[in-house]
Amino acid sequence: MIHSLFLINNAGDLFLEKHWKSVISRSVCDYFFEAREKAVEPDNVPPVIRTPHHYLINIYREKIFFVSVIQTEVPPLFVIEFLHRVAETFQDYFGECSESTIKDNVVIVYELLEEMLDNGFPLATESNILKELIRPPTILRSMVNTITGSSNVGETLPTGQLSTIPWRRAGVKYTNNEAYFDVVEEIDAILDKSGTTVFAEIQGVIDACVKLSGMPDLTLSFMNPRLLDDVSFHPCVRYKRWESERVISFVPPDGNFQLMSYHISAQNLVAIPVYVKQNISFFETGSSGRLDITVGPKQTMGKTVEGLVVTVHMPKVVLSANLNATQGTYNYDPVTKILVWDIGKLNPQKLPNLKGSLSLQSGAPKPEENPSLNIDLKIQQLAISGRLGSFISVGCDSLPAGPCDKALLLLTLF
Amino acid sequence: MRAPPALSASAPRNGSRDSVSGALRRSASSSSTAAAAAEMSASSAFIDEKGGSASEPEYGHDPASGGIFSTDYKRHDDLKEMLDSNKDSLKLEAMKRIVAMIARGKNASDLFPAVVKNVACKNIEVKKLVYVYLVRYAEEQQDLALLSISTFQRGLKDPNQLIRASALRVLSSIRVTIIVPIMMLAIKEAASDMSPYVRKTAAHAIPKLHSLDPEQKDQLIEVIEKLLADKTTLVAGSVVMAFEEVCPDRIDLIHKNYRKLCNLLIDVEEWGQVVIINMLTRYARTQFLNPNVNESLLEENSEKAFYASDDEEEEDKKAEPATLAKRKPYVMDPDHRLLLRNTKPLLQSRNAAVVMAVAQLYFHLAPKAEVGIIAKALVRLMRSHSEVQYVVLQNVATMTIKRRGMFEPYLKSFYIRSTDPTQIKILKLEVLTNLANETNISTILREFQTYIKSMDKDFVAASIQAIGRCATNIGEVRDTCLNGLVQLLSNRDELVVAESVVVIKKLLQMQPEQHSDIIKHMAKLIDNIQVPMARASILWLIGEYCEHVPKIAPDVLRNMAKTFTNEEDIVKLQIINLAAKLYLTNSKQTKLLTQYVLNLAKYDQNYDIRDRARFIRQLIVPTDKSGALSKYAKKLFLALKPAPVLQSTFKDRDHFQLGSLSHLLNAKAAGYQELPDWPESAPDPSVRNVEVIRLLERVTTLTSIPDWSKCTSRKDRKEKKTEKPFYSDSEGESGPTESADSESDSGSGSESASASDESGSGSESEESREETESEDEEEDEEKEKKRKKRLDKTKAKKPAEESAESEQSSGTEDRKRGRKAVKNQKSASESESESESSESEDESEEESEEESESDTDIRKKKMPISKQPPKQSKKESKKERQEMSLLDLDDFEPAPASAPVTPVNFLSSSLVSDLEGLSLTNNILAPTAIAPSGSIKMYELLHRITVHQQHQLRDQKPAHRGAQAAVWDEDPRVHRDRRVSSR
Repeated sequence: MIHSLFLINNAGDLFLEKHWKSVISRSVCDYFFEAREKAVEPDNVPPVIRTPHHYLINIYREKIFFVSVIQTEVPPLFVIEFLHRVAETFQDYFGECSESTIKDNVVIVYELLEEMLDNGFPLATESNILKELIRPPTILRSMVNTITGSSNVGETLPTGQLSTIPWRRAGVKYTNNEAYFDVVEEIDAILDKSGTTVFAEIQGVIDACVKLSGMPDLTLSFMNPRLLDDVSFHPCVRYKRWESERVISFVPPDGNFQLMSYHISAQNLVAIPVYVKQNISFFETGSSGRLDITVGPKQTMGKTVEGLVVTVHMPKVVLSANLNATQGTYNYDPVTKILVWDIGKLNPQKLPNLKGSLSLQSGAPKPEENPSLNIDLKIQQLAISGRLGSFISVGCDSLPAGPCDKALLLLTLF
Repeated sequence: MRAPPALSASAPRNGSRDSVSGALRRSASSSSTAAAAAEMSASSAFIDEKGGSASEPEYGHDPASGGIFSTDYKRHDDLKEMLDSNKDSLKLEAMKRIVAMIARGKNASDLFPAVVKNVACKNIEVKKLVYVYLVRYAEEQQDLALLSISTFQRGLKDPNQLIRASALRVLSSIRVTIIVPIMMLAIKEAASDMSPYVRKTAAHAIPKLHSLDPEQKDQLIEVIEKLLADKTTLVAGSVVMAFEEVCPDRIDLIHKNYRKLCNLLIDVEEWGQVVIINMLTRYARTQFLNPNVNESLLEENSEKAFYASDDEEEEDKKAEPATLAKRKPYVMDPDHRLLLRNTKPLLQSRNAAVVMAVAQLYFHLAPKAEVGIIAKALVRLMRSHSEVQYVVLQNVATMTIKRRGMFEPYLKSFYIRSTDPTQIKILKLEVLTNLANETNISTILREFQTYIKSMDKDFVAASIQAIGRCATNIGEVRDTCLNGLVQLLSNRDELVVAESVVVIKKLLQMQPEQHSDIIKHMAKLIDNIQVPMARASILWLIGEYCEHVPKIAPDVLRNMAKTFTNEEDIVKLQIINLAAKLYLTNSKQTKLLTQYVLNLAKYDQNYDIRDRARFIRQLIVPTDKSGALSKYAKKLFLALKPAPVLQSTFKDRDHFQLGSLSHLLNAKAAGYQELPDWPESAPDPSVRNVEVIRLLERVTTLTSIPDWSKCTSRKDRKEKKTEKPFYSDSEGESGPTESADSESDSGSGSESASASDESGSGSESEESREETESEDEEEDEEKEKKRKKRLDKTKAKKPAEESAESEQSSGTEDRKRGRKAVKNQKSASESESESESSESEDESEEESEEESESDTDIRKKKMPISKQPPKQSKKESKKERQEMSLLDLDDFEPAPASAPVTPVNFLSSSLVSDLEGLSLTNNILAPTAIAPSGSIKMYELLHRITVHQQHQLRDQKPAHRGAQAAVWDEDPRVHRDRRVSSR
């Protein structure tokens, strides 16, 4: 399976290597560098690269390439999924997965990699188990460690690994038993020039933070599960019960995890909360252009739109932009040719507008296409799919063992 | 070569380490002199440290090696000192620095002796880091590594399973050939360890040993065979992985474990699932018949079912006469069905690799009508990381060529976003092109039009080619496409124009007569286009169709002759071609020009061009020496050329197993196992039967029907039987309907399907999830108790059923009673047998685990499958259906054979849902209706915090853990939950 792993930063420095079988010389990465150069953009590096004796499967995350070396047939998704899991574990442990955090915690990283794979086959990838084996670093602990010389490695043996519920560690105890569920929904829509929806869908995830003692067994049911077009679950969810009753029944891992993700494709449900009026034109002569963008609320159901950001990918010939924003700030990066307009909160009384002129490279032909706009926004307390989220109920099947006779389950939505 | 004597000398001194030193002697001859000497001194140092024999001066005194050694040591002197100190904190610090060195790829091998002696350190982190070091460098320092082995050997005997496991893990990771016998022994022992975790580690160790010494294969296969029989989910994934790596061709080892693997699958950890599913795909290809063998027939059926409704009755009626009409009706092996059914829920996994594995399994194994269900899951993966998208799109591209219909409903999911990386865009284009047909081509073309305006030039070029492919594949839009492409010729971007020219050329070849004006237009373009490929294409077109443009052609040649020397090679070749063709058709005007061009070409730098010029001159210019061929020159040059076929690069990729590396690369990767073709006739299915001890409930049925296929009267029944539980009741035929139509249908359809799932595999898998090691002993006492309780409950529930299920005929009721009697008898008679105990284990598990199921239903459903001899099967299937409808409350659905249909229940989806809601409440009210007020009217409270308080259930908790005697009350929670969801 996975033979070796190399971590390479954006500049092409190889800063960590780990081998699970015999050592493979890092010169194998030359093939990767070659492909990297050819691809120009880091996004475009082919995930699977073939070399005479090995196959390189790589992912690009947080400005780091995770390059794994494979020698024999293995499903590529298996490796890709695993590498992403590694990156997520780093994120979980160190708060972010960047070159500097990895370098700072190189020993923990190494220990983690050692536990996650055995002879190239995944061994422990559940964060609950890993945290039992290797404690994540905290400021307090690292201070204590330097004074007392104690270690990050758990003294206890990882009992979770033995159970058939590998995602939950045993012996969890809380004085306050709480469970929080966050429903996060995203609309993904493509609009054409006139504002008509070409394609729209809602994607949602339910993030959970469960802090319950013992072995709780929870259920979560929706009032209108039919809306869910497609779902995927954390392994703790019992598939059978979902299929038969449309109830999510699970023994949760301890702490934060993503319980499920769902997808709603019914077009009529997708109400796009804002509209954009845009007029970007380039003049035939004079190598200049004009830009005029207005954003307004559409179907926000009385909520305020926040964190509004408009991103415009300008044509290559645009040298600079001289604009005037009625609200928020704008920034044009002449290297990447990206115009970012950070609006913030949308005020329905006074619509934000960005207006001004663009200067183009002289002599170059005018770009024939209007650039595409990306709009990011946040609305608190509103599920776009409307009917779904509001009907969630949570039940608790088996209660945590503990001193309290009654356990209280709190459910927060949004 | 000189080491052995020295070593053998050391052997007696280490009397306690017999095996090690013995092993040492064997390997040492292979190590180089200097290294051996260096290691010797180190090992002596180690022995000193241990307080062993301090009297071997001769070892460290080899002058050559000593020199090397000392310089090495100077470099890491401080580290060595720290490692030698007594303080754990210093050791830890040193180890951390060493590990950091390893991570950065720096060589730390010279510290080996200093590190290895800390292998027995008490501090757990130091120990772990020493292990990391050891595994990394043991291969390079084989002899020294041996010194650590006794520690691990001790660890293997430790009472703590985790220590045993980790000792085995490190021991097997040390790639030192001479410890092979030790490893072999350790693996064998661990394979029969009490702890499943140790057995798992043993499974992991197998491929390590195999790669170290392939000669151990036979012994290892024995171990694999043993571990394959293991019943725990922990082991399953790892041992199949070992199987795949050591002996993937020993398919015979799987037979006995096939059903168990299928049933455990859902509870195996994600990575194991991938491996098992891939292996089972291959297995199924060798053992079962091709479900699509009656392609046409099935297609017809599924097509109808697709559009009509998912009413099972309807389908049965259609399917039955159809199958009867056939000489050899295809009946799916129940095991084949088991696999399909048990993998299906995994499409919902969060792990993309698992989803892909199931998708490929369905693609390769499922009947055509059922493959559709994977589309939705694959489309979901498209919203994942771009690397995942890349792999998924490659596979989707292959699938769309064979099964286009499957992805058509998701066409829009493949629309391209401006933020996609180019490689993803191009793959999406590929999929869109594959999906294009007469009905959706207009939307696709409109989409393509916007793509052409993109700033990403590679992508634009690919889009134009995609348009070309659509145009060749779909005749109706050819002219539209051609017009669109011609418009692109006036595009300002040269690349766009060039790409269009190339594509137009291909299109024109299909019907040149009608398009001489386009050719003229293109001839004019040649002055402006600089891209060689496009110029060459235009020249070729003019030459090929010079009759259509008799006036322009010679002029173009004249122009080209002027610039000949500055052209690219491909353009030059085409100029020569053009000249030759014109010479043959219009020699009067072009004779001199041709001569001129050929002369220029004769002195070209490129030998291809020189050759071509020489060859053509011989062919077309008549001389006295010219051979027989020149007569045919016109035929040679102006022959009608077949139009090029534009086809997908993914066309033949499906002979590789989808989802595999080989498929992605379109080339065989090392270690790729071919996906075998379906067998002509099915191998004996009884090989999968298992002896009583390992009995799963499903197995009983199968073993007891040895002679199905022999007599025809039975055959009908058998057909019905297999058809009912597998096709109609489970997701079977209604599969595609579910996925293709909207959710509204699937509501009723799929619920009934999954209910039967529950009965079949649920029990097994749930068992494993909650398995505790001690439960077996308790089983026997419990099962009697349980049985009684169950019976009571069934009785209690019956009146409820009657009231709820208006359509339930009294006939079935009677039968049910009869059955119950049978059940009773059975439980009495079989209570001693092994099978009974395993079976009751299932059930007790079931009870504890599936608390929320309406338990009586399940048990009843399970019983028929497990216990009944074949003759009753018909009844059962009916029974099952009834039960099912009890569960799912599709009570409008008639029982199959008894009442020949209250047919055609075409209910609108909303009505269905209403009905469902209704019946749900009925059912709840009936038995023990304790619907606590906790269910509140939540639908009114938008964005609210709901608080649930729970008091009871204390008793249930132990039951959840294992199968302790739980006081079994009707569980109210089930109903509450249901009620909530029905609102």
